[in-house]
Amino acid sequence: MALKRIIPCLLYDGSGLVKTVKFKNPSYIGDPINAIKIYNEKEVDELILIDINASKQKRKINFDKITDLASEAFMPFAYGGGVKTYNDFATLYKIGVEKVIVNSLIQEDPDVIKKVISHYGAQAVVACIDIKKPMFGVKSPYSYFGNKIKYTLKEYSKYLETDIGVGELMIQSVDNDGTWEGYDDESIEEVINTVSIPIIACGGCGNIDHLKKVLYHTNANAAAIGSMAVYSKKGMGVLINFPERAQIIIE
Amino acid sequence: MIVIVDYGIGNLASVLNMFKKIGVKDTLVSSDKEVIKNASKLLLPGVGAFDTGMSNLENSGLIPILNEKVLQQKTPVLGICLGMQLLTQKSEEGIKKGLGWIDGETLKFDLPPELKLKVPHMGWDYIKVNRKNPLIETEGKNRFYFVHSYYVKCFNENQSIATCMFGNNFTCVLNKENIYGTQFHPEKSLKFGMKVLENFSKL
Repeated sequence: MALKRIIPCLLYDGSGLVKTVKFKNPSYIGDPINAIKIYNEKEVDELILIDINASKQKRKINFDKITDLASEAFMPFAYGGGVKTYNDFATLYKIGVEKVIVNSLIQEDPDVIKKVISHYGAQAVVACIDIKKPMFGVKSPYSYFGNKIKYTLKEYSKYLETDIGVGELMIQSVDNDGTWEGYDDESIEEVINTVSIPIIACGGCGNIDHLKKVLYHTNANAAAIGSMAVYSKKGMGVLINFPERAQIIIE
Repeated sequence: MIVIVDYGIGNLASVLNMFKKIGVKDTLVSSDKEVIKNASKLLLPGVGAFDTGMSNLENSGLIPILNEKVLQQKTPVLGICLGMQLLTQKSEEGIKKGLGWIDGETLKFDLPPELKLKVPHMGWDYIKVNRKNPLIETEGKNRFYFVHSYYVKCFNENQSIATCMFGNNFTCVLNKENIYGTQFHPEKSLKFGMKVLENFSKL
């Protein structure tokens, strides 16, 4: 049976890696190529790279850069950020990206996602749901820009699995992002009870206990780590690192 | 020269990158008959559906030269993931005939519901090597990255080299003479996959 996965989730701002807190205040981390080389040595399970500014700045995807990064990733490599057209997907798969992560495109052009899935397979597309608690009301799917998401988390997850047909869901907590305080296990559990496709938990991981809990108690298939993969400790300096798999992954 | 066959699908870049990383320089991606004719080894990657794979191969016009290289000249060939499944005679995933280089068929995982396992089988998994072979050592804990909803059944048990457990034990490495197949992706399996591609390059 496939092992649970721990995945460094790297944020790219168009020139270097950064780390945010609650999706704000990006701090510079370093050069992505160096980071990926280190993650190879550390034998990470997969790697995620998100260009956090591409959609916002309406920037084209930096395919050359991604080609370089993908060429150093000898484990599955997922990319998200500014993916808009069928050709964007096709080019990404061609240059060595295994999975493309979509977020705002789900509202903008669901048909192109369906077309990609029919040609490349569901496993090639991951849908990312950002969750945020608004000023008034409950935690719900959050759209950083563009159309407001009118579904509840349950409805949205089901829609992505059944109507769009994506192969995996990434559930990302905006409120927990960069806090080191743990995952939004409640939301993740709700999605796990709603869909049959694999779930990647993201946002807030601060220690090994958070990982054990989200993977073996909440039962996500994979756990993405942000701060934990780029800082030596909370409040301390940059250190590209990866926790001891043997301490977490049950074989 | 190792030729990674480009028939329109599969992570060609990743395979090429790993060969480069391990220092196997004489490798290239090609869909050209002449280039394939001169290959000392062939690699058949593949991601996606069986019928798409076979249609692409048929449309590429490469099947005759591939048949000649593999079946007549006994050129070593490694099929990866869908590439391994295409080696069989048929698949439950589609209606097209496979290459038929291996006596076997590709089946959908039929998982007992009480196990609560979900398809696809996706992620890192350990394998059990049951027969001595030049690609993977029999001893040692070897894990690889899998992502598939179908698996190969070899009609000749001796050609099943290694198995992996997902519901039941399924064949994840096969070998018949010059023909090899891995259900997992060596090009995405870190140092474990590098060893497999290195061993293939040394055949």
